[in-house]
Amino acid sequence: MINKTVKNVSEALQGVEDSMTFMLGGFGLCGIPENAIGELVRLGIKDITCISNNAGVDDFGLGLLLQNRQIKKMISSYVGENDEFERQMLSGELDVELTPQGTLAEKCRAAQGGFPAFYTPAGFGTEVAEGKETREFEGKMYVLEPAYKADFAFVKAWKGDEAGNLIFKGTARNFNPCMCGAATITVAEVEELVPAGTLDPNQIHIPGIFVQRIIQGERYEKRIEQKTVRPKE
Amino acid sequence: MLDKNGIAKRIAREVKDGYYVNLGIGIPTLVANFVRDDIQVEFQSENGVLGMGPFPFEGEEDADVINAGKQTITTLAGASFFDSATSFNMIRGQHVDLTILGAMEVAENGDIANWKIPGKMVKGMGGAMDLVASAENIIVAMMHTNKAGKSKLLKRCTLPLTGVGCVKKIVTNLAVMEVTPEGFKLLERAPGVTVDQIREATEGALIVEGEIPEMKL
Repeated sequence: MINKTVKNVSEALQGVEDSMTFMLGGFGLCGIPENAIGELVRLGIKDITCISNNAGVDDFGLGLLLQNRQIKKMISSYVGENDEFERQMLSGELDVELTPQGTLAEKCRAAQGGFPAFYTPAGFGTEVAEGKETREFEGKMYVLEPAYKADFAFVKAWKGDEAGNLIFKGTARNFNPCMCGAATITVAEVEELVPAGTLDPNQIHIPGIFVQRIIQGERYEKRIEQKTVRPKE
Repeated sequence: MLDKNGIAKRIAREVKDGYYVNLGIGIPTLVANFVRDDIQVEFQSENGVLGMGPFPFEGEEDADVINAGKQTITTLAGASFFDSATSFNMIRGQHVDLTILGAMEVAENGDIANWKIPGKMVKGMGGAMDLVASAENIIVAMMHTNKAGKSKLLKRCTLPLTGVGCVKKIVTNLAVMEVTPEGFKLLERAPGVTVDQIREATEGALIVEGEIPEMKL
């Protein structure tokens, strides 16, 4: 067993610097690496580029890094729900690259799997395809999209073991598995870290080979963005 | 004339036994409420769930189980969770049978615009570009005209496009139409709406052949 555990979140983020590119898992506030984000805020590093489907809300998730003006560029598919984001985008402080959601996921997975680029039909004929190579396959048009390059991937899983094997829960899985192994260093944080041999190898979603460092997150708020319920019958 | 629930009710009749269906935000979400309960259908949400159920009861919500609108949801028997790349393989790979989404504009050639208004805050396309570029069967659910009373069924879209030549069918508060090489072919009228009213509200070419039946809801 190759042990991937590190002592704490500051050891997990050792090596992060100004102007780096980070991938961050999560959909809205669901499945975001809360502890890594907290440490990035504490470190105060600047001019970072974040590849993340969304940008959090004003006072939680990536919104905390925005408040601190630590983000130079966001690469996302949807960035509503965040007034500070809107303010920085309209004032030109923040550079925003909007990417179709499936393309964003696949650009991560291409990096994980060693593909330099791939063709997708998403965005053909729209401004997303401007300046990009297009090609016809069997009568349909596709756009060439390159894989992402990132320095760190910060992902969040439900359970993990010392070997870095990960299991996700519910829709908190989302972009997290696609980002594992897609950056130079993948840092996984989990709600429950268990000794190697505890998790059933048949149930592992992401094998530890894609993870360089693993920690048990100190605390999780797991905030709900849109609590929607129905009345009891 | 139909209200939003009426549009959803009419679209629900397009949902067939054995379909996997992706519902967009807004009117499309309402469609789930009107699907017959004697057919087997699974709803997909692109954030990574197939087999979505109703909203949870108060106190039973789980922060780890949401839909693409970030609302808390439940799952039904047979449901599954998966990552975002797998989710879009279902969509791009045409495993999802039917996509229902809203639009700001649809053109007579099937182009759709639903993500960006120049000069206004742009929130992003989310999964819409992947959905419209890939799905074989796309139904647009929208009002026939915008708040200013202008037609949303145009010769050419004026807003930045989400996808080209992809819309197959449109259900509005006034009519059901099919996109054909010649333009919008009128299939059905909403209750109490005349062909002339529909023609008046449609800027793009409207093809009317024979008697146009009233919608059955």
